[in-house]
Amino acid sequence: MTVAVVRFPGSNCDLDTLYVLKRVLNTDVQLVWHQERSLESYEAAILPGGFSYGDYLRAGAIATQSPIMKGIRDMARKGKPVLGICNGFQILVEAGLLPGALLRNSSLRFMCQWTMLRVESTASVITRRLEVGRVLRMPIAHNEGRYFLPENQIEELDRRGQILLRYVNNQGLCNDESNPNGSCSSIAAICDRTGNIIGMMPHPERASEKILSPFHSDDGLLIFRSLLSQIQGGMTL
Amino acid sequence: MASSDYLIDVVIEGKPGARDPEGEVIQRDLIWKNGFESVKSVRVAKLLKIVIQAKSAKEAKMIVQRLCDELRIFNPAAHSVHVALGKSQD
Repeated sequence: MTVAVVRFPGSNCDLDTLYVLKRVLNTDVQLVWHQERSLESYEAAILPGGFSYGDYLRAGAIATQSPIMKGIRDMARKGKPVLGICNGFQILVEAGLLPGALLRNSSLRFMCQWTMLRVESTASVITRRLEVGRVLRMPIAHNEGRYFLPENQIEELDRRGQILLRYVNNQGLCNDESNPNGSCSSIAAICDRTGNIIGMMPHPERASEKILSPFHSDDGLLIFRSLLSQIQGGMTL
Repeated sequence: MASSDYLIDVVIEGKPGARDPEGEVIQRDLIWKNGFESVKSVRVAKLLKIVIQAKSAKEAKMIVQRLCDELRIFNPAAHSVHVALGKSQD
């Protein structure tokens, strides 16, 4: 059972993700260069954060043309988990594997801060071991994280349980202050209809050891453990 | 028919439903602040200036429109694209 961490030119969270899976969670994991075409020997793939192709044209847009995206599409078709974190989320959206778009933050600033995230649905491989309403702490670090989808489609996404995490305040409530980038409906993470393709703006790999958290938390591990339990159990949703 | 070079402008802009905070700041904190209150709206867009060899302006526009659609030069969830014959600077 090996997890692939896909490396694009400009990825910069690849080694952090590798470290957490290998050293913290004792998982078989390998870096895979974007020029590879196949991911057949892997059980799951993670597209890490960073600035693939310098965010040229639009964050994630050029990376969608990399040969490895064929492997990602094959995996998705077979129901194997694909997790895009930050720039990885942007790539999945630009590839059309997830709905919507990630636009420039409404503050017009690069936002780098810890956030609180409420679990909204357990219908995905990263939330299936969590409870709806649970609040997690993870940091964000992005310039284009404003999730956008026309309003009627947001409602449909919600109805299908595809909204996985929302930004909330200390009371666990969504409002303008707790929404760091102006995302529609405070959305921080979504999945496709199968629950196997997931995109999230927060960085679980930066929140997986207590020593790295000002709150002494390691909530990022919950995301990875949920994903790993899926492939260890050999089940699909 | 001989081929010529054509300049094609590709404008990628946000759909009306997608807020454009950069346009709002330019309107509010630059334009309105300096007395141009008659300005009703500012939207920031991206312009690609593409030079392409084709048999006619019509064909040049058609090829560029096709590449915009096939290569997802714009994200249809949030953007629209407008392809037009550009005006050469020289």
